[in-house]
Amino acid sequence: MPDASIQGGAAAKRPDAIRIENLHKSFGPLEVLKGVSLTAREGDVVAIIGGSGSGKSTMLRCINFLETPTSGRITIGSEEIALKPDGSPANRKQIEQLRRSLGMVFQNFNLWSHRTVMENLIEVPVHVLGVPKAEAIARAEKLLARVGLAEKADVYPAFMSGGQQQRAAIARALAIEPRAMLFDEPTSALDPELVGEVLNVIRGLADEGRTMILVTHEMKFAREVSSHVIYLHNGVIEEEGPPEQLFGDPKSERLKQFLKSVA
Amino acid sequence: MLAYLTSLFEPGHALGLLAWSPPGWGQVFLTGLLRTMEISVGAYTMGLVIGVIGAFGKLYGGEVIRDLFSIYTTVVRAVPELVEILILFYAVPNVINQVLVSMGHDRITLPQLLVGITVLGVVVGAYMTEVLRGAILAVPHGQIEAARAYGMPPAMVARRVTMPQMLMNALPGMSNLWLNTNKDTALLAVIGFNELTLTTAQAAGSTKAYFFFFFAAGVLYMIISILSGRVFAFFERRSRKGQPQIRGGVI
Ligand SMILES: Nc1ncnc2c1ncn2[C@@H]1O[C@H](COP(=O)(O)OP(=O)(O)OP(=O)(O)O)[C@@H](O)[C@H]1O
Ligand SMILES: [Mg+2]
Repeated sequence: MPDASIQGGAAAKRPDAIRIENLHKSFGPLEVLKGVSLTAREGDVVAIIGGSGSGKSTMLRCINFLETPTSGRITIGSEEIALKPDGSPANRKQIEQLRRSLGMVFQNFNLWSHRTVMENLIEVPVHVLGVPKAEAIARAEKLLARVGLAEKADVYPAFMSGGQQQRAAIARALAIEPRAMLFDEPTSALDPELVGEVLNVIRGLADEGRTMILVTHEMKFAREVSSHVIYLHNGVIEEEGPPEQLFGDPKSERLKQFLKSVA
Repeated sequence: MLAYLTSLFEPGHALGLLAWSPPGWGQVFLTGLLRTMEISVGAYTMGLVIGVIGAFGKLYGGEVIRDLFSIYTTVVRAVPELVEILILFYAVPNVINQVLVSMGHDRITLPQLLVGITVLGVVVGAYMTEVLRGAILAVPHGQIEAARAYGMPPAMVARRVTMPQMLMNALPGMSNLWLNTNKDTALLAVIGFNELTLTTAQAAGSTKAYFFFFFAAGVLYMIISILSGRVFAFFERRSRKGQPQIRGGVI
C-alpha cells in the first residue's frame, strides 16, 4: 500500500477520465437519481455500493447512455457530451464514439450467443473500429490467454460456465482497448465457487492501473481494489471516500446499517 | 431400369397420361408446377422483404409507421385469402392504371405472373411480419444492449446481432409459412392462373381421369413440401449452432 500522501499527489496530476456532474434520472414519475456526481481520474477504481434499487446500475448506465439522463453533465476525457435540454444526447455519432471508448461488462455477460468466443472478441474491433482481422485475432488470443480461456476460442458461449462466460465478456470489453471499464455487478449472476476466478481477473486489471467504475455487492473486494467508494441510497450519494474510511469508519447511520446487513 | 421407367410414360402404359407430348399431359402438367414454383418463390421473397420491414417498423418505428403496419397485418390476416386474392387481383392493376392515367400515361396490361406474385406476396408479408416480430422479441435483450454499449450503429446491430438471432427463432414459423404459400398458390386458380391446380383440373376434365391427375398433383405438392422441409431443416441446424441441443436431455 503506497503512502497516502504520495498517492494523493499523483492523483492530482492525473487527468480526469470520467466526470459526472449533478446527474438526475427519472423513469416516468419515479426519480431514481437525484443529482449525483462522480469523478474518476485515469487509473482510479471507483466502487459504487448500495442497496437494491438505490440506482447503482442506472448511474453506471447513464455514463454510456444506455439510459438517457434527465439532466446533468457527463464528460469523458476532455469531451463533454452534448445534451439536449431534456437530457437526451444531441448527437448520436458522439454517443457511439464515446461508447467505443468504454468497455462495459454486464451482470448477465451478454455474450453474443451466435458467435464463438473468438468471434465475440473480434466483433467490435473488426466491424466497428476497423482493426485488420489478423491483428484483432492476435490481440484477442493474448487477451484470452490472460483471462485463462486460450482453449475456448472456438467454443460457443452457451457451452461454457458462467465464470468462463464472464471472463470472456471481460476480454471482449478489453478488446476494444477502452479508456475505462464499466462493471455492473459482474459476479452477481455467478455460483459462489465461480466468483473468485472473475474477481481475480478484475483485480489484475486494477493492479495494472486501469480506470474502472465497478458496481458491486462484494464489499471485501470493493475494499481491496477500489481507490474511491461511493455509497448510494435512494438516488443520492449518502457517503463517499477512500475505502479504508468508508468501510473502516463509516459516518452515516444508513451506511453503518447497510454494511452490517451485507457483512 | 431407366428404360423401364421411361416406358411407363409411354401412351397406353400406367403413367401414359403424363407422357411429355400430347395426347400425354406431361409437359402441361410440369409447366403448371413450374408456374406454381415461380409464384411461391416470388411471393415468398416479396413477403420476406415486407416482413423484415414490417417487423422492424412495428417494433422500432414511430407511431404512424406502427399504426400503418398494424392495420396491414390485422386486415390481411382477418380476411380470407381467397377474398383478398380476388380483391387485389382486380384492385392492384386498377390502382396502377389510375395512377398511370392521372400522370398522363397510357393504361397497361400487367403481366399475369407479376400480379399473381404481388397479390400473394402482400398476403405472405402480413404473416411474415408477425413471424419475424415474434422472433425479434425473443432475441435476448442483453445481447442487443451489449452491441449498442460497444458503439455499434443501429443498422449494424440489426444486421450482425438482431437478424442472425431472429433467424434462429423465426425459421420454424418461416418454414410453416412457406408451405402455406406454396399451397395458397392454388387459390390463384380462381383468377385463371395456370398453376398446378388449374392445370390439373383441366387435364382431369378433358381426360376424365380425375383421380389420377389430382393424385399426381398431390404427390407433386408433397415432394415440394418434403424437399423444402430439408432445406429449412438445414438452415435451422446452421442457425442454431451456438445453442445447446434440446433433444437428449433427461426428461
Ligand atoms: N427501465 C426502467 N423503467 C422503470 N424503472 C426502472 C427502470 N430501470 C430501473 N428502474 C427503477 O429504478 C430504480 C433503480 O434501479 P437500478 O437498477 O439502478 O438499481 P440498482 O441499485 O442497480 O439495484 P440492484 O442492486 O438490485 O441491481 C429501481 O427502483 C428500479 O425499479
Ligand atoms: Mg443493478
